[in-house]
Amino acid sequence: MRLDYIVRRLVLFVIVVWAAATLNFFLPRLSGKDPIRDKLLQQAAAGGYVQAGIQQMVEEYERKFGLDKPLWVQYLTYLGDVARLDFGYSIANYPRTVMGIMADSIPWTVGLLLTTTLLAFAIGSILGALLAWRRSPRFVQYLFPPLLTLSAIPYFLLGLCLIYLFAFRLKLFPLFGGYTPGTFPALNLNFALDVFKHSLLPALSILLASLGFWALGMRGMMVTVEGEDYMTFAEAAGLKSSTLFFTYAIRNALLPQTTSLGLALGHVLSGALLVEVIFSYPGIGTTLYHAIRQFDYFLIQGIVFTIVLGVTLATLVLDLIYPLLDPRITYQRA
Amino acid sequence: MLRYMRRNRSLVVGLCLLLLVLLFAGLGRLLWDTSLAAPLSAPPNRPPSWEHPLGTDRQGRDLLAVMIVGTPLTLYIGLLAGFIGVAIGTVLALTGAYYGGVVDSVIRGVVDVGLTIPTLLVLILLAVSVRSSLSVSQMALVVASLSWLWPTRTIRSQVLSIKERAYIQVARLSGASNRQIIFFEIMPNLLPYLAATFVGAVGAAILASIGLEVIGLGPIEANTLGMTIYWVTYYAALLHGMWWWFMPPVVIIIMVFVGLFAISAGLDELANPRTRKTV
Repeated sequence: MRLDYIVRRLVLFVIVVWAAATLNFFLPRLSGKDPIRDKLLQQAAAGGYVQAGIQQMVEEYERKFGLDKPLWVQYLTYLGDVARLDFGYSIANYPRTVMGIMADSIPWTVGLLLTTTLLAFAIGSILGALLAWRRSPRFVQYLFPPLLTLSAIPYFLLGLCLIYLFAFRLKLFPLFGGYTPGTFPALNLNFALDVFKHSLLPALSILLASLGFWALGMRGMMVTVEGEDYMTFAEAAGLKSSTLFFTYAIRNALLPQTTSLGLALGHVLSGALLVEVIFSYPGIGTTLYHAIRQFDYFLIQGIVFTIVLGVTLATLVLDLIYPLLDPRITYQRA
Repeated sequence: MLRYMRRNRSLVVGLCLLLLVLLFAGLGRLLWDTSLAAPLSAPPNRPPSWEHPLGTDRQGRDLLAVMIVGTPLTLYIGLLAGFIGVAIGTVLALTGAYYGGVVDSVIRGVVDVGLTIPTLLVLILLAVSVRSSLSVSQMALVVASLSWLWPTRTIRSQVLSIKERAYIQVARLSGASNRQIIFFEIMPNLLPYLAATFVGAVGAAILASIGLEVIGLGPIEANTLGMTIYWVTYYAALLHGMWWWFMPPVVIIIMVFVGLFAISAGLDELANPRTRKTV
């Protein structure tokens, strides 16, 4: 059964990645005309200082995806390129490759997302557990409605309000960017502090908006767990309230929460991309925003594919970890 | 009915919030000159005053007029995309779950793969590929192209559970045809879930459309709420402290989302009497 499960997950992973590559290839060609070719030729006709690069890109593009070749040959060429993670050159910043531009921005996004998601998961789950726990202090109950309301608000709108309040009005935090303009990224304490200060508001807007989601899920699970026989038994056996809460209730309620972690990943990521745009945070979302404004098709394709790859990979890893965390899951064929 | 409404408070709160938004848009259209929503129809960058209660933006739009015109547009995108999504989802879920077999496996496979890929990214690819600036209706269609995935999954699991209930067996034994069972036995019991799914789908569609607009792929000529936020980031209104520019769309969007969220929570209670609070 176990091997069967792993194989099925791997197959799903391969299919998703293939589907993303296929969408990348066919969507621009759906409209009949080829927007990439149009953009390249337009750029070539416009001339300017990037002329040499554009000429080469047009030639390269014609060689690979020329109209003289049947569609399936072009498709196979594209799949081959993607398999080697070769997304070509950026149209707007010619000598730079798509891979190079992404390599600069991905660490920012991963850092921001990883810390906020883990924090939101931990804090949200504990809050949710307290909400359902009969013996928790009264004031916890009052937290529930605001948490729910916050979870219904898109991250970037919360970000807008936070910037205005804390950065513009109170001037507590910088208004935009990932570090103070003029400083150079370096590995020292000053720069690290600067980065930390810049990342607090974007992190806070993601954190606040996603807390409610985890709290809500955890609350539901805790209610179920509290009704279980072993809880009654443990209580009757005279165990301490804190032991009951942490080792009996939370541990069992937390496991299904990790399942939603995989499901929520894509949603959190889409929200975080827009938060980056609002804050001009130097991550992949802002890069995508600029790529769209300049219609840098190769960069857009590269970013979309890389993000899908990342999310799918993370989901796969989470899926493979679950059986180790929760022996109750047997993964039988439905 | 009234007694029930009093008990199901989140449904009431949600409906009131949405009604307020609709009232604002409806009455506004009657009482305010909406032609002021066009660029250059008012002096630019003015804070709120008697002449322009919500101020004006950088391009000389009266923001009150923009809100009055934009709110229904955003709601329209959400409703259209949500409706298409739930309609396609219901058909796929019913055929898949009821008939099973290869069709069901294919539908389930496509939904599983589709839900793994972040929706916004595919929509971005799609909108970029269309390239020529989208109209509001085209925008709704772009969003609708993926809005059926989640409804298909939830409705399918619901149909699977309804299918096994005793009254379906009875109907089949008494010789009802497949079509009769689907339309007269399953459908009526599915309706509350369809309503809840629809509300969820509308919310997701509005979120997706605003996301596309903020990242710069929206209908440039239309004054939807998301486009207003796009212009706010485009002209860095925050750095100029023009709070009157971004607060109105933010407040309206938040009211819409909280309203939809509360309604879906209320409908959930309506559909699952077991979770109902004590009478």
